[in-house]
Amino acid sequence: MNRELLDLLVRNARQSDQDLADQLGLSAEAVAGQIAELEAAGVVRGYHAIVNEDKVEDPQVTAVIEVQVVPEREGGFNRLALRISRFPEARSVYLMSGAMDLLVFVEGRDLREISSFVSEKLAPMEGVSGTRTHFLMKTYKHRGVLMDHEDEFEKLKVTP
Amino acid sequence: MSSRSSKSPRERISRVVRDIPRSGIRDFFDIVSQRHDIISLGVGEPDFDTPWHVREATIYALEKGVTSYTSNRGLPKLRQALARYVEAQFGVAYDPDLEMLVTVGVSEALDLAVRAVINPGDEVLYHSPCYVSYAPVILFAGGVPVAVETRAEDGFRLTREALERKVTPRTRLLMLNFPNNPTGATLTPDDVRELAAFAEAHDLVVVTDEIYAELTYEGRHVSIAAEPGMKERTIFLHGFSKAWAMTGFRLGYACAPPDLTEAMMKIHQYVMLCAPILSQEAALEALRDPERDIGPMRDEYRRRRNYFVKALNDAGVPCHRPGGAFYLFPEIRSLGLSSKDFALRLLEEESVAAVPGTAFGPEGEGFLRCAYATGFAEIREAAGRIARFADRLRRT
Repeated sequence: MNRELLDLLVRNARQSDQDLADQLGLSAEAVAGQIAELEAAGVVRGYHAIVNEDKVEDPQVTAVIEVQVVPEREGGFNRLALRISRFPEARSVYLMSGAMDLLVFVEGRDLREISSFVSEKLAPMEGVSGTRTHFLMKTYKHRGVLMDHEDEFEKLKVTP
Repeated sequence: MSSRSSKSPRERISRVVRDIPRSGIRDFFDIVSQRHDIISLGVGEPDFDTPWHVREATIYALEKGVTSYTSNRGLPKLRQALARYVEAQFGVAYDPDLEMLVTVGVSEALDLAVRAVINPGDEVLYHSPCYVSYAPVILFAGGVPVAVETRAEDGFRLTREALERKVTPRTRLLMLNFPNNPTGATLTPDDVRELAAFAEAHDLVVVTDEIYAELTYEGRHVSIAAEPGMKERTIFLHGFSKAWAMTGFRLGYACAPPDLTEAMMKIHQYVMLCAPILSQEAALEALRDPERDIGPMRDEYRRRRNYFVKALNDAGVPCHRPGGAFYLFPEIRSLGLSSKDFALRLLEEESVAAVPGTAFGPEGEGFLRCAYATGFAEIREAAGRIARFADRLRRT
């Protein structure tokens, strides 16, 4: 697997195969082949934009929900985690160490939509023994990208 | 009435200073700084910001009130960390108390090194094209600069044959800068061995400026100081500006045998006293896990280099593939313009700033220095504009 190609895609998946190839010293065909392999092997699961919700007209509301779970005799957390994951409202679902079991990121149009998801779908689910919901107030950085960039310091244009 | 003839301020300038021409880079800077909305390939500094942990540690040091002088040689804990780093990275063991001096950038260290060993009239060999300060620093010290041309067909490597043609009984010092600004040239281990043999054969001191060492893209950087028997006659210079993106901290250091270090120390203590303490604190933090900071930047520079070299060669602008630093030095001679005219017209017609090769010595005529310490998108755009410009020149 070409780790460098993967890192480049994670940073900017919109570069052309040719540009990627010229940076890596490969041919465009080789890059296209390697990307196809990464996708086929399920290493690359998709591509998306990093959006600053504060600048969008109808911003989404995000909640981070700690979920406590009674593990099942067979399957542990997996079956329940998958059930939760299948809800489109659940954008990210993680198994955690520590005081909680699952961490669920939920997106919705507003607070009400999220709270109804939590109270009607998530909390009553068999095996869920408790939830704590935290609403996300402001995003400073997401997936390695700062959301606001202040006026950048202007460096000199020519130096020795 | 006695009228005492009054000299103009210009006439009061010392001959040494007056005779040194203004840096070609400054001339070009004055033109470029009038222009906005240009893509600049003219910078000799990283586009990356200093790693945040280094900046954060500097802020903390300032909050703690770390604002005093340090010992002339530099903070002992910094020199100890530097000694460990130099030994691990370059394979030379220096005593942090006796063989190490922290300076205000490699620029100061270069001046100290040359002044510490040169007597008036001594000849100094340096390769050209080279960094802008080499010849002036030799002249300030009363030495005689002797340029040795490096050539594109050799990948701008310095060869023993070229040196043998210029060495005389008055030669006292050899100055090296690999990886090189402005050519990006690096030396092979065999080259380094040859240069070491040359220095020994002619009993020269070697000043080696290895500021770009970590930014080596092919093979491993080899320091001449690590060659058997060379430590005794070598002044090794290094700093934080390039690899750590810390140019504004102005922090470098010199390593040399105790007597040479003491000699440099004598000058340093009277003209500089010490390097700024905040920068020394920052450097200490930078040495915590160097590869973690430098590795990703080096990888990015390598990819930009790969792209840019290919783009220029594809456009019919011949460019050797540099092994280090962050400069391309393409040859523009075949396009029918001097370096300066090419750079001026490229700026005028395509809004791309690159530095004429002649800013780095007359041997740079026919070449252009293009830094790739700028974002990939800008490099991509600039390469396209250079290609378009070259095309236009060929048609007219």
